[in-house]
Amino acid sequence: MSALSFDAGRLAAHRRRKRVNALALSLSLAAMAFGIFWLLWILFETVWLGLDGLGLQVFTEMTPAPQAEVGGLANAIYGSFLMVLLAALIGTPVGVMAGIYLAEYGQRSWLGRVTQFINDILLSAPSIVIGLFIYSAVVARFKSFSGWAGVLALSLIVIPVVIRQTENMLNLVPHAMREAAYALGTPKWKVILSITLKSVRAGVLTGVLLAVARISGETAPLLFTALSNQFWTADLSQPMASLPVTIFKFAMSPYENWQKLAWAGVFLITLGVLALNIVARVFFRNKH
Amino acid sequence: MTATLPAPGLPHTVPMERSIPSGGPAPRRMRAPWGDRVFSILAHAAAWLTLSLLVGILVSLFIGASPAIREYGLSFLWRSEWDPVGEKFGGLVMIYGTLVTSAIALIIAVPVSFGIALFLTELSPQWLKRPLGVAVELLAAVPSIVYGMWGLLVFGPILSTWVQLPLQGLFKGVPVLGSLFAGPPVGIGLMSAGIILAIMIIPYIASVMRDVFEVTPPMLKESAYGLGSTTWEVVWNIVLPYTKAGVVGGVMLGLGRALGETMAVTFVIGNMNQLNSISLFEAANSITSALANEFAEAGEGLHQASLIYLGLILFFITFVVLALSKLLLAQMRKGEGSRS
Repeated sequence: MSALSFDAGRLAAHRRRKRVNALALSLSLAAMAFGIFWLLWILFETVWLGLDGLGLQVFTEMTPAPQAEVGGLANAIYGSFLMVLLAALIGTPVGVMAGIYLAEYGQRSWLGRVTQFINDILLSAPSIVIGLFIYSAVVARFKSFSGWAGVLALSLIVIPVVIRQTENMLNLVPHAMREAAYALGTPKWKVILSITLKSVRAGVLTGVLLAVARISGETAPLLFTALSNQFWTADLSQPMASLPVTIFKFAMSPYENWQKLAWAGVFLITLGVLALNIVARVFFRNKH
Repeated sequence: MTATLPAPGLPHTVPMERSIPSGGPAPRRMRAPWGDRVFSILAHAAAWLTLSLLVGILVSLFIGASPAIREYGLSFLWRSEWDPVGEKFGGLVMIYGTLVTSAIALIIAVPVSFGIALFLTELSPQWLKRPLGVAVELLAAVPSIVYGMWGLLVFGPILSTWVQLPLQGLFKGVPVLGSLFAGPPVGIGLMSAGIILAIMIIPYIASVMRDVFEVTPPMLKESAYGLGSTTWEVVWNIVLPYTKAGVVGGVMLGLGRALGETMAVTFVIGNMNQLNSISLFEAANSITSALANEFAEAGEGLHQASLIYLGLILFFITFVVLALSKLLLAQMRKGEGSRS
């Protein structure tokens, strides 16, 4: 009798545990669906509304006045392209060298540990604060918003991303490879440049691509460095238009033609950033 | 020379290499020592540059904010008036906005991220793991301005009709909840900003949680399964306690992101400097959105200094949060090394 009720109690407990488990797992499935749902919804709206505003004139015409008939984003696209390119060119060498320092020189030194710590903070630091910094350091000093200030702000965002990736990649290189090279009498700089760094260049390049993807969509650090510009300019000492800042300005406006162009711009940026991310991943997977 | 050429920090370097810089007799043969020296100097300089960036940011913010700091001191933190014309400034409204939106974001994002990480590590069939993982990471890659514009023009109206109005109807007259959900249900304000922040930080928290869940030793999990535990019991009683430092670190990382996010918040928070009620539907302001909207137009002087002061406060808060996150994750990694 007592054995029977004991069994019944166990069965009930067992059933309850199974129910709890089923509930938790369905909630987990729901959470996954929730995450994917937003991605699909945002992509859908971006494509749907973006294609509506897209046309050849987006790439050939300058940003229009409110309620003008024609107009495009040519100057903003060019400005973004130029600033992102230059920022990557400035940020990459610094990031790679600091990454080399962390992986090859400073693993045990206090400078290495502190730099690593600081770098992880910079990696997630609010980008608008970077904009404030460049504003006080560059814009306020030269008394003018400029494309160069925008380039510098963006390059400060590139550096931590590249450092992180370079360091992680270099740490994957087996020590035996370095030792073999040292045993042949190779100087350290040559070991690093032509053996360790060379063997992970796909990984480092992936990091650069991801950094470019990140800064292509950055708005906050450009708001008070490069500002914006209604006209075409290739002069980096002038305020310069960029795609994200133009989108910000146009999307918040009540004018229909501006909002349409903003959606076209959002479509272009999303497409570009996601494509860069996917290319970086595929590229990295093929090489490793 | 030995100062510029520290011994390589690799544990297994060959003895010969170690003997070179140790100040003993000069090595017999050393090819291109200047090459080594130049390269080492460059690498050190890059590391110093990164360090000086942080110092530079702090110093420049401090100098920029100094007029406001002299004027208000710490009382800036609890003064709520913001009057550029009368030159009276206080940061309470923006700090409140930043904290409340981040809190809403965490309340939504933490359980969802936990569910996603649970799904990716324990439930998902092998062939689905990678595509789903990539999809979550792509959610993190979407630029914040896209979230902002989508939030303002697509999500806001839908939130207003389908969530805010029913909530208001449901809680009308209920003491605290009623006033939380009072105010104009227009899809703009603290609540929309919080929800959009949640969507943005889910990928960060979820991918850290997934990574730390995956390092739980299979032996522990298998033992629990062997004793008859259900999947949920294994995750709740074995995996989560084992990885709690890492999980909290991931949540902190997400919080750091949410506090510093600019564009997504600026679009949907409404940019109103008011703090009349505890309603979550009211338009408000956050540190980042005040900076984005006002800084370029602010005249030099107290207005600009006050905005930079806000930036300094933001940087300080995110610095503490991110440093905590980093320490917790490092502790997790250390524990992992000693136990396996």
